[in-house]
Amino acid sequence: MHEMGIVSGILSSAVDAAEKEGASKINDVRISVGVLTEIQDFALQFAWESLSPGTIAEGAELVATFVSPVSKCSQCDTEFEHDRFEIVCPNCGNFVCEQIKGRELTIDSIDID
Amino acid sequence: MEIDIKKPILDRNDRLAQDNRALFDEKGVFVLDLMASPGAGKTSTILATIDALRDRYNIAVIEGDIASKVDAEKISAHGIPAVQINTGGACHLESDMIQRAIAALDMDALDLIIIENVGNLVCPTEFNLGEHAKVMILSVPEGHDKPYKYPNIFQIAEAVILNKYDTLSVFDFNEEEFRSVVTSLNHEAPVFAISATKGEGVDAWAEWLTDRIEALKSGS
Repeated sequence: MHEMGIVSGILSSAVDAAEKEGASKINDVRISVGVLTEIQDFALQFAWESLSPGTIAEGAELVATFVSPVSKCSQCDTEFEHDRFEIVCPNCGNFVCEQIKGRELTIDSIDID
Repeated sequence: MEIDIKKPILDRNDRLAQDNRALFDEKGVFVLDLMASPGAGKTSTILATIDALRDRYNIAVIEGDIASKVDAEKISAHGIPAVQINTGGACHLESDMIQRAIAALDMDALDLIIIENVGNLVCPTEFNLGEHAKVMILSVPEGHDKPYKYPNIFQIAEAVILNKYDTLSVFDFNEEEFRSVVTSLNHEAPVFAISATKGEGVDAWAEWLTDRIEALKSGS
């Protein structure tokens, strides 16, 4: 459900940036989404189809790249990929780790005419 | 033509949250964002927290619900200022809603604002409101497996309250497993077992909150 709020953020940033460039149409919007945000692509697409009509982003494709979680061990500095649950350093077994990837929520670029 | 944007999606929300935070810091008001499922006992926990801290601090509550004024009325009946936000269907609070709510409060007279977020274990986690701490409540009847299903909220919470602890013997709730999973997701968050409606276990939680309020007041 919070995809609605996220998509309205995407839409306003994309439309602002496109209008600043004097664009009349947005062709696609590229975003990065960390897996740990629990955001689902189908819900993003549903919200995009609901919110973009009537704006210059109508008909634009929303392309989400999902980013896997990566953490860095606070003891041995090992960087490792992990799933959403087990965050344990594979090198030394420490679970005090700093999250460095996986929580992204960024609008990367737009393609405009 | 391709243009680079490289900007946080929730930029607007984050900017408004920073404005809220600046105001909270300036006024020395500690702001807590309390998150939980519907029925976990958010309002009861708030009432128990008010009872524990009202002699020491001036408290107000911001109630977030999809509809109704039921919660704000409960808090007001307790003699505490309460502002009800009805999100009209939205599953979480955003910082502009908080901005409007605090306009209705006397910020100079307050030490603590407790925000009761919309009952939901997923959506409120992504939306910064300008709060000093996010805390989540899980109640025993929801089951010890919830951290497996909703890891994000357990990761971002600065403290976890295990409510309805007095019902432990009735439900198949494995407390040891729950605590161990919470620790593996979030090694810093303390877990406070409480029974909000009976006031049991509230002292340790209230002490944690007091330490945080005092840290803000002393500027650390």
